[in-house]
Amino acid sequence: MILNVKHASFSYDGLIKQFEDVSFSLGRGEVLSLLGRNGTGKSTLIKCILNILTLQSGDVEINGRRVSEMRPNEVAREVGYVPQGHRSVFPFSALDFVLMGRAPHISTFSVPKEEDYEKAEEAFARIGISHLRDKPISEMSGGESQMVMIARALAQQPSLLILDEPTSHLDIGNQMKVIATIDRLAVDGIAILMSTHFPDHAFMVSHSVAILEGGRLIAQGPAEDVITKENLREAYGVDICVHYIEEADRMVCVPMNPCSGRGRGAA
Amino acid sequence: MGSVREMTCGRETITETGQESRRNVTINPPHLVSRSEALISETIFRFIPLERVIYLLPIVLFFISLFFGRYMMDPVETFRILVIGSANTFFDWTSTLLSTLSGHQVLLPSFEQTWGVSEQTVVFRIRLPRVIAAMLVGGGLSLAGASFQGLFRNPLVSPDILGVAAGAGFGAALGILVSGNPWVIQVSAFVFGIVAVAVTYGIGRVYHNSSTLILVLAGIIVGSLFSALLSLAKYVADPYDTLPAIVFWLMGSLSSVSNTDIIAVAPPILLGSLCLYLIRWRINLLSVGEEEAQALGLDTKRMTVVLIVASTIITASAVCISGIIGWVGLVVPHIGRMLVGPDFRKLIPVSAILGASFLLVVDDIARTLTATEIPLGILTALVGAPFFAYLLTQKKVGWA
Repeated sequence: MILNVKHASFSYDGLIKQFEDVSFSLGRGEVLSLLGRNGTGKSTLIKCILNILTLQSGDVEINGRRVSEMRPNEVAREVGYVPQGHRSVFPFSALDFVLMGRAPHISTFSVPKEEDYEKAEEAFARIGISHLRDKPISEMSGGESQMVMIARALAQQPSLLILDEPTSHLDIGNQMKVIATIDRLAVDGIAILMSTHFPDHAFMVSHSVAILEGGRLIAQGPAEDVITKENLREAYGVDICVHYIEEADRMVCVPMNPCSGRGRGAA
Repeated sequence: MGSVREMTCGRETITETGQESRRNVTINPPHLVSRSEALISETIFRFIPLERVIYLLPIVLFFISLFFGRYMMDPVETFRILVIGSANTFFDWTSTLLSTLSGHQVLLPSFEQTWGVSEQTVVFRIRLPRVIAAMLVGGGLSLAGASFQGLFRNPLVSPDILGVAAGAGFGAALGILVSGNPWVIQVSAFVFGIVAVAVTYGIGRVYHNSSTLILVLAGIIVGSLFSALLSLAKYVADPYDTLPAIVFWLMGSLSSVSNTDIIAVAPPILLGSLCLYLIRWRINLLSVGEEEAQALGLDTKRMTVVLIVASTIITASAVCISGIIGWVGLVVPHIGRMLVGPDFRKLIPVSAILGASFLLVVDDIARTLTATEIPLGILTALVGAPFFAYLLTQKKVGWA
């Protein structure tokens, strides 16, 4: 197992628990999708796994080592992190940006060397965005910058990749592009944990799904077992149909119309 | 998905080859014109390595500034005085050192002095310390400004953000009120500059949070506190004697800098600069945000402390010999970013070089333009503001 989360609990103020007794594990080449409503603590859980926030109780182990006992650069060598979208003040070129992913492999007073440039180029090539190399990140579209963020995480040479809502804010084409990239990286053997707001995407790419609601994992397991009408109602508070669509050859989630029926769809 | 791939491929061809882009010209002329212009300027820069030329700038300006001034001197003569004079001083020192070490009188040969005492004084006692001071102060403030802009992820930040200038200003005023001895004033300015930043950082820690937003707010609190104290000092000062001294100190000047001042402030400024130079690539990481930097394995808390300590020592040392000189630490990093881009690996050294050159030129103007000196703090803004306004119209600014 690459990632092992055991009975993890966290609280910002020591009184109200963000989540408690969360346990799951993730092996090589597996994709775990984390579902849950806004503000339920998905991002907090991710920050705990990265050891940016410290758990109140429980353990997070990466490759058998507790993150709480690892130094930041040791964690960063094992875990690549793609945050929820990036707004950079300074217009770094994509190459400079991806080079930052080499930080855990470079000593404090040193700068990237030839080898690090090669690793950065590899990361570009691996997800097919070598043409973006010299483009300033401030001039990129949402889809492009998301791919560059993934490249930066890959430059860390992680065994675990964590993506926080990688498909939010993207158009449907770029969403599929990111999902396909995630799938390919999993095939290469990287363990992937992603939080998402799209149960559909969980169906497409993940081996297992976990739903976080009210500070606990209310369901966990293969997508077909977890993404059900009942679970989705509990998680999101709305009725969602889950159906198999033959033409797409997969399960899809369709929310019921919450409007009063005056919209065009009702006619 | 296909359409996305096509779009990105289309973009790719623009940068690829000349032929491809010419095909695109017919499709999308306005976009392409700016792009090909950029390509032309890129090729020019490749043949004239601008980044390297910048490094010669302060050296050239250093020599020009030495023979430039109200007491006009022949460039060749100045150069001879500088080289032979320094060699003689060095021999003197060595022979004294050898004499004390060996117990015998050791006399090393020295070059013949072909110039008068007044030239010697002008070069070694007046111009040299001043020129070095201008370079140290200008370079140091720009370096500190560039680092702070990275740390606070804000291109509008100057080295004063944590209250060092306000603290130093009050310290100097207090020194002027209490004794008036230049050493006391400098030490007091330095100490209060450091104290102000320490209080700012302490306030940040009280909130169990060294996030940069809290630091900025704490900087505003401490800055206004010391400004109030400074006003109080001005209010109680003697309007015919100490008040003008305080006001002039606050305007900034290098006119009274001596060799001993240089010996006192050069080590901290150079050490702080070396420190920032060593972590220059890590500032890139800090500038993309605290959590991302942590996820990339950076110990952000420690790096923030290192950066603040180094920048504060530089700024406090600079301010204590020069008084308040605004503008340099804010604008020079921008000019640097326009020249070499946002990467701190290049920006840190280039900011230092440009800052040293800029303040050297401004100080030359300050001491030659009129019979009585114009305070430096006034001139940096008078020269810098229109220049920066011009730059903004000329080239892409280095931030999003």
